[in-house]
Amino acid sequence: MNKPHPYIPTSVPELKRKMMQELGISSIDELYSDVPEKVKLRRALDVPGPMTEYELFRHVDGLLSRNRNIWNMPTFLGAGCWPHYVPAAVMEVVSRTEFLTSYTPYQPEISQGMLQALYEYQSMICELTGMDVANCSMYDWATALGEAARMAARFTHRAEVVVPRIIHPERLSTLNSYTEPAGIRVKQVGYHRDSGQLDLEELKEAVSGDTAAVYVENPSYLGFLETQVREVGEIAHDAGALFIVGVDPTSLGVVKPPGEYGADIVVGEGQPLGSPMNFGGPLLGIFACRWDAKLVRQMPGRIIGLTTTKDGSQRGFCMALSTREQHIRREKATSNICTNEALCAVTAAVYMALLGPEGFRELGETILYRSHYAMKRLNEIEGVTAPLFKAPHFKEFVVNFDGAGMKVAEVHRRLLEAGVHGGKPITGEFPELGESALYCVTEVHTKEDIDRLAEALRGAVAGGR
Amino acid sequence: MFRQARWDEPLIFELGAEGRRGHLPPQAEEEIKSLVGDAHSLIPEGLRRETPPALPQLAEVEVVRHYIRLSQMNYCVDLGIYPLGSCTMKYNPKINELLVRHPGIAAVHPYQDPETVQGILEVLYKLSRWLAEITGMHEVCLQPSAGAHGEFLGTLLIRAYHKFRGELDRRTEIIVPDSAHGTNPASAAMAGFRVVVVPSNEDGCVDLDALKAAVSERTAGLMLTNPNTLGIFESQILEIAEIVHEAGGLLYYDGANLNAILGKVRPGDMGFDIVHINLHKTFGTPHGGGGPGAGPVGVTEELEKFLPVPRIAYDGEKYYLDYDKPHSIGKIRGFYGNAAVLLKAYAYILSLGAEGLREVAEVSVLNSNYLMRRLERVRGLELPYNPKTPRKHEFVVSAKPMYREAGVRTLDVAKRLLDHGLHAPTIYFPLIVDEALMIEPTESYGLEELQRFADAMERISEEAYSKPENVTGAPHNTSVGRLDEVKASHPRTMALSWRMYRRRVGAERVGLG
Repeated sequence: MNKPHPYIPTSVPELKRKMMQELGISSIDELYSDVPEKVKLRRALDVPGPMTEYELFRHVDGLLSRNRNIWNMPTFLGAGCWPHYVPAAVMEVVSRTEFLTSYTPYQPEISQGMLQALYEYQSMICELTGMDVANCSMYDWATALGEAARMAARFTHRAEVVVPRIIHPERLSTLNSYTEPAGIRVKQVGYHRDSGQLDLEELKEAVSGDTAAVYVENPSYLGFLETQVREVGEIAHDAGALFIVGVDPTSLGVVKPPGEYGADIVVGEGQPLGSPMNFGGPLLGIFACRWDAKLVRQMPGRIIGLTTTKDGSQRGFCMALSTREQHIRREKATSNICTNEALCAVTAAVYMALLGPEGFRELGETILYRSHYAMKRLNEIEGVTAPLFKAPHFKEFVVNFDGAGMKVAEVHRRLLEAGVHGGKPITGEFPELGESALYCVTEVHTKEDIDRLAEALRGAVAGGR
Repeated sequence: MFRQARWDEPLIFELGAEGRRGHLPPQAEEEIKSLVGDAHSLIPEGLRRETPPALPQLAEVEVVRHYIRLSQMNYCVDLGIYPLGSCTMKYNPKINELLVRHPGIAAVHPYQDPETVQGILEVLYKLSRWLAEITGMHEVCLQPSAGAHGEFLGTLLIRAYHKFRGELDRRTEIIVPDSAHGTNPASAAMAGFRVVVVPSNEDGCVDLDALKAAVSERTAGLMLTNPNTLGIFESQILEIAEIVHEAGGLLYYDGANLNAILGKVRPGDMGFDIVHINLHKTFGTPHGGGGPGAGPVGVTEELEKFLPVPRIAYDGEKYYLDYDKPHSIGKIRGFYGNAAVLLKAYAYILSLGAEGLREVAEVSVLNSNYLMRRLERVRGLELPYNPKTPRKHEFVVSAKPMYREAGVRTLDVAKRLLDHGLHAPTIYFPLIVDEALMIEPTESYGLEELQRFADAMERISEEAYSKPENVTGAPHNTSVGRLDEVKASHPRTMALSWRMYRRRVGAERVGLG
């Protein structure tokens, strides 16, 4: 080392010599004497650096400043990662080094802060979703769904899950990755072309004595609300299957929670609860289920429980039901997950506590107002249809450009030139929906932003075919 | 003596008052409201939420105070040594936390047009190349969210490889040593494999004869940590690789212990086909109390085609997302990985450079051996396996003699360490050592902190033999005393959420005042 490194207190030659002396060695390489000569690396790694902290700051600032971001370019993207405002108090709390630089609370007595915060996260997720038990996080919505399907199969001893045709393709692909090795088949059920609603007749035919679970999303991937959720749940239960519901938690101040329409397992994406988008990660997989001792014992992931000290004098928190987990059960564990998204869960806890019941209602209403305003404005544009589906919507909606005779890719390009980022093109995912894109409007989009989008879009489609 | 804060802080549900507000979300403009009409009517009656969620109602200041108080009841790396073996609790550089606040990542959407995200794509592309160089692999996929997620991807790749060769039907077994991390067998099982355990020999390494007997035409692969969980380097690694490859299996490297060998030995050069890396261990990104982490996976050229989509690619002018991979296993999560964590690892590598990374490994091994030599002399502790073999970044001692002679167990020692303001090591792991303490000091602590830890262990040992009740009754100085962990999972007292607690009238049952 040229100079002692600030991250390594012992990177001072004299200090190293002193320690080596006590160990009776003259070179650190003696501690690697058992590594076969043949595999030792005989050259320096080909990586850049070292940089001083200031050099690093300038370098990374330079790179990241090349990215456009939603604050300097009105952006109408959602589809599993959404722009929402993060209250300053959330950032303050989760920047606390006591949370940030701690490990999984293996020694609960010295980790009560994290454990209580996670317990509160679980408890607030239960209130929001109407469920009884939540784990302290999965990696994201997609993996939560994969684990939910596997859990349902273990619980029912059946090997098929039924999901809607309208589902995020990345979620579907992840589901397949999780289910295929377990021998679980994934069956898809179609929808009504005008409303997007699940085809219940097809669903009834699809379920059978092999069905472990029926899954729906509310709101759906394409933004509309699934209005027949209760019926879907009944069909699932009549077949002896579990009913799994996927949610966007920002809707739950205004939309009925899955616990009130029969869900057995709830999954969803918790990123909107205070986590920045961060180019798609970290996210926060929500995973909750209703109280049923047998069901809960099949849950994946860490669960924090309430307890007392051994003498009963103090309340405390620790990990519960660890016998489901890999460090105890090894190959018989319900999942291999250990490191999860704990800090994002604490983030969500602080966010939920700040918003409270009234905040969630207001958040939901603002999203409803603004997204509906956007749909109205865009639908006024000649050749543009918004929303494509005749159904109630929450914060996302499909915009169709068939009437303008334009390719969605071309609309996208022209919008970018106008300094606006349009929605996610979905023509490749759902060819039957024509030239379409999925737009997202949340509480961060002001009237001015939406008007600017409408103007840009008007210009883009008027500019000719 | 250390005293942890003890706030007796109520649950957040027990705080606040009806009507208080912690944050006011933005309101829609009046013009929008009058144009759109009543928000209530936008949701069909049967789908409206009629009962508001029973969330707490607090002012902002109360929420902040509550969580700051909780934070004070939590130990962390920035407070002192956190020597959990195989967890690599090293220093998390502050500059990296500043960098991820940049709107150029925080406010960037993953589906933005690649033209608008060239900066972050460059970060991710280069990070993947550097990790490939550091591990000696051909390509690296950054998508896995954690080490176990990387293992799951790795075992899916093993599946895809054998399927591609038409051998999946008979290659149904994955071999793991008895000293393996619990995730290895769990991951193998998740990917549909049967787990075959091979015993360790008297040196604490894979027993070659047992391995030879275990491999067969059913072998899909072997999962191995090197150095292993005893901190011992598997010096017969080339023979192990040959045995597994000869049998037609793949060799998987569990990267939990990579810290010991940065710049010294590369998994790829040892014959491994698949490698996962824990960025939240080896590359200094914070653990966040249990995540988010990142578990990138490196593979050989032969396996590259099976990696999840999209691949982050560079055509000499522009970075782009490549979805055109017909043999890809598909997705294992949404988007491209934990980008904010990946950025921190990128910055970590740049701040250290090649020389600094090697220094990380060497000092972590020096620290570990120094501490081991101190602890093996402590009464009541013993060092299992050949004491002459140098350990790497971690080592395992056993408190078996202490238990036998003084009735004080490893669990008690761990709890008593907390009273000294030190975190305990990993305990009762690996499973092949009784009363195990698995200790990984990392390179982040200087001699003084190592001595503080060793001194505390010596004092605890003295206590164990003179006043054992001080140790068995520990901890005394933490925010709560020793917890009844059985109660948390007992069917009669289990209360996994506030709502469950209330419903069960838990106050009596859980025995809370």
